[in-house]
Amino acid sequence: MMNTNTSIGIAATVADANAEQFTMPDGNGYYGKFGGAYIPEMLHRNVEELQAKYLSIMQDAGFQKEFRELLKDYVGRPTPLYLAQRLSKQYGASIYLKREDLCHTGAHKINNTIGQILLAQRLGKKRIIAETGAGQHGVATATVCALKGIECIVYMGEKDIERQAPNVARMKMLGAKVVPALSGSRTLKDATNEAIRDWINNPNDTHYIIGSVVGPHPYPDMVARFQSVISEEIRWQLKEKTGSELPTHVLACVGGGSNAAGAFYHFLDELTVQLVAVEAAGEGVNSGKSAATTALGKPGILHGSKSLLMQTADGQVIEPHSISAGLDYPGIGPLHAHLFASGRGTFLSATDDDALKAAFHIAKTEGIIPALETAHAFSALDQMKFNGKEVVVICLSGRGDKDLGTYMSKM
Amino acid sequence: MSLLKELFQKKSSRVLNVYCTAGYPKPDSTLEVMKALQSNGADIIELGMPYSDPLADGPVIQHSGLISLENGMTIEKLFLQLKDFRKEIHIPVILMGYMNPVLQFGFEKFCAAAAAVGIDGLILPDLPEFEFETEYGEVIKKYGLDFIFLVTPETSEVRIKKLDQLSTGFLYAVSSSSTTGTDNNLTDVNNYLKRLKGYGLKNPILVGFGIKDKKSFDNACANANGAIIGTAYIKALEKSGSIETSTKTFLNEVLA
Repeated sequence: MMNTNTSIGIAATVADANAEQFTMPDGNGYYGKFGGAYIPEMLHRNVEELQAKYLSIMQDAGFQKEFRELLKDYVGRPTPLYLAQRLSKQYGASIYLKREDLCHTGAHKINNTIGQILLAQRLGKKRIIAETGAGQHGVATATVCALKGIECIVYMGEKDIERQAPNVARMKMLGAKVVPALSGSRTLKDATNEAIRDWINNPNDTHYIIGSVVGPHPYPDMVARFQSVISEEIRWQLKEKTGSELPTHVLACVGGGSNAAGAFYHFLDELTVQLVAVEAAGEGVNSGKSAATTALGKPGILHGSKSLLMQTADGQVIEPHSISAGLDYPGIGPLHAHLFASGRGTFLSATDDDALKAAFHIAKTEGIIPALETAHAFSALDQMKFNGKEVVVICLSGRGDKDLGTYMSKM
Repeated sequence: MSLLKELFQKKSSRVLNVYCTAGYPKPDSTLEVMKALQSNGADIIELGMPYSDPLADGPVIQHSGLISLENGMTIEKLFLQLKDFRKEIHIPVILMGYMNPVLQFGFEKFCAAAAAVGIDGLILPDLPEFEFETEYGEVIKKYGLDFIFLVTPETSEVRIKKLDQLSTGFLYAVSSSSTTGTDNNLTDVNNYLKRLKGYGLKNPILVGFGIKDKKSFDNACANANGAIIGTAYIKALEKSGSIETSTKTFLNEVLA
């Protein structure tokens, strides 16, 4: 049951910047040396409006009330924190699964889209655009647009449309228009480019719901705040179960990094908690077919923020590879780049094969079919050593229905 | 005095700036294109440095960048191609590109190399004014390069005046809220340009985006110091025929 002393909802206050070293970006959107708003002038007015208004809108009592009610009654929050007994025994640690896969639409993505659709309404926007990789964010966006009766256009890489057919069908059934991104690698990066171009061409009536903690300031902070409900719940749920709010480890997969940002958020400044991010190594970190950004990337600018970026020596963005469309992104959110560069976060990676193996293992061990993205986080357990006393929380960011085609081909 | 300043002292109306992508249509055609532009009436050349993810550009310029990258174009190669260009090109030349490739090359190294070969100014549409003021502006100034900011119909008066103050050479007025290569509503463009004129800005104004032929060029020039053509020229180069012929045919029509 929900602990009445702890509200669900967004991280509520503009924190004292001195006290919160990792949680908040500075006034210009920088986490350490990463972040900012590297946008062409055509986007300036919209981005500036968001920068000026997002905190006050999010902190408004009416907004909070509507946001919390929808998270509870529509999304199904709080999601359970489940002690995975067989996994715990196998690895020699208490392993808890934060069941974001049980959210309406099957992944954590809807926490953010609920928040942003309410924000868009308060900004007077009549048209919503979004990018999507695996299709989870696209479905979550199409869902909230249907809920509010707002026009929805989702950009999706042509390659992803092919490999995530069920989610494309869901978006269409929900009334969204799915537009294929035909440029570049025809995946998430290119869908994001097309969404940004749409926003440039529609500056007045359109809000762009970015699905991850990427993009120009304030998106990384705004999306992290909407997703921070994950770690807010983990704290009080863990307290109920173990007597302490703090685990020893939090594990999450990272593409752009929204579920990791949400799972880490309320532990960022709890320095005893190890934050473990798991990237997609694709066919191997050094195979030339990988999406392990912290291992392969250098500081660079993509989609409006300075972060770590996979790129050639000449600064052209490299087309990444992962079996999981949701992790198939050449960058990483600036918060995560800062966690990596500062040493606050531990970054591991899992290959396509590792992730597949983990997905089948979790299905058989715990009776849960995870999304391919999430399977990367589970796979990292094999790279860690435990002595029986650790309390590990894994963000089970999404369910595997959308990946059944891939799973079936491996049976 | 910068070549841009000199140009605008001599010519304050119907200034034509033409954009072309370096390394397009052929790996080694950069200088040939520049010569064709100079000899057929362009007043300024805006040389685009290709980027894999050009957010502000429409499909035509994007595609030319992709071909240029496939042609093996890099910033390093561009400076080699430009090594002796001042022996033949005497009009102002500015480099346009996105921040990431420039950062990887090294921002200061880039400015130094640009100044050394004789480049006059830079347009980096995703370099925001905050970062310009706190970090990059000084480097650009140190090497004597002009820096041109963009303004759009959505940009507030206060901000237009600020970006004008930060710019040298000229101010780039984006004609409508769009990526490159889209058509404009002429009434809207004219109202916007008249508004800009009324602000008493220190820089000359060149209008870009959606300028594609004589009619749109004449219209832009009626309310500004000149205009910038990009997409339409790239399209002209796509047609068969030599670079010189395509350029001549295209510019003769625009300037008729």
